[in-house]
Amino acid sequence: MSENDAFLSATVRITGHGGAEIEAYAALLQDETARGGVVVIHHLPGYDEATKEIVRRFGHLGYNAVMPNLFWHDAPGAAPDDAAAAGRAKGGVPDERLVGDVAGAAEYLRSLPNSNGKAGVIGFCSGGRQSVLAACSLPLDAAVDCYGAFVTGDPSTIQGHPMRHVAPLYDKLPDLHCPLLGLFGADDQHPSAAEVAELEQILTKLGKPFEFHSYPDAGHAFFMVERPAFRPAAAKDGWERIGSFFGKHLSA
Amino acid sequence: MCTYITAKVDTEGSGKGAEGWFPLTQTTVYFDHPVHAAAEHTLNIDFRNPGRGAGARVAVELTAETARALAKAIMETLDAVPQDLT
Repeated sequence: MSENDAFLSATVRITGHGGAEIEAYAALLQDETARGGVVVIHHLPGYDEATKEIVRRFGHLGYNAVMPNLFWHDAPGAAPDDAAAAGRAKGGVPDERLVGDVAGAAEYLRSLPNSNGKAGVIGFCSGGRQSVLAACSLPLDAAVDCYGAFVTGDPSTIQGHPMRHVAPLYDKLPDLHCPLLGLFGADDQHPSAAEVAELEQILTKLGKPFEFHSYPDAGHAFFMVERPAFRPAAAKDGWERIGSFFGKHLSA
Repeated sequence: MCTYITAKVDTEGSGKGAEGWFPLTQTTVYFDHPVHAAAEHTLNIDFRNPGRGAGARVAVELTAETARALAKAIMETLDAVPQDLT
């Protein structure tokens, strides 16, 4: 075992969108070795235990990591599930606010004494789209999209219901600042295989560096260990690819 | 997926939350990943009173089958009540 693998996991306060102080959950390596940082974006149901476990996993992998509570603005101090419900009632997380909160989280990571100045982002489910959005809007060093719907595609076609508060990112993709790793389930309908293929085509045409993997026998949310959608083989391979991708792009 | 769809209903009534009974002003209905239920997606209902804070909430997460049965039971119950009572 390494002698310098100790990290502190704790609730912290960071400066988010509009200069507001927001809650965040961090895993902070305790030694002085310079290292990269990872911003973790939780899914729409909120700032929850499952995503905190992912933050701790990045600490275990040797990265400083932080997850902003995206619903803090809607109900400061409330229980995370109540805050998520309040945010949901307001229509979810506005894109501009998301970018502001990720910017603050990246700045928090880069200001740590043992930061090497590099920061990546990863998001799951709705956070997958938000990870791409952040990477198109901010000077990040690497981005991971785990099955984010509506990076491409038309939300208004879903079961006849308009998908309010979310739009595809076609107009933003030319501004993608960093390499993108995409991890998808082949059986997922949102994003569908066709939507993933369309994103692949667009990024190729734009000359953007990316790496996509679609796992057979996996659908949406295959990383979520406490849900029926969990697929051990896909999740295991996915974590290895995440480790390799961030290892390549967030090292000094 | 996170469906992003949320329906809102202006609400008159009361609910019993973590700190006892309180008046309800709003109900939100959505289909998404649950916080607690053992299903990939559930029909979630939050009976709320935002004026009393985010914690003034009675939450349920129901399987789609349960939600449909509940909606049917609500309509059947209301239909069976003498009209002058509703």
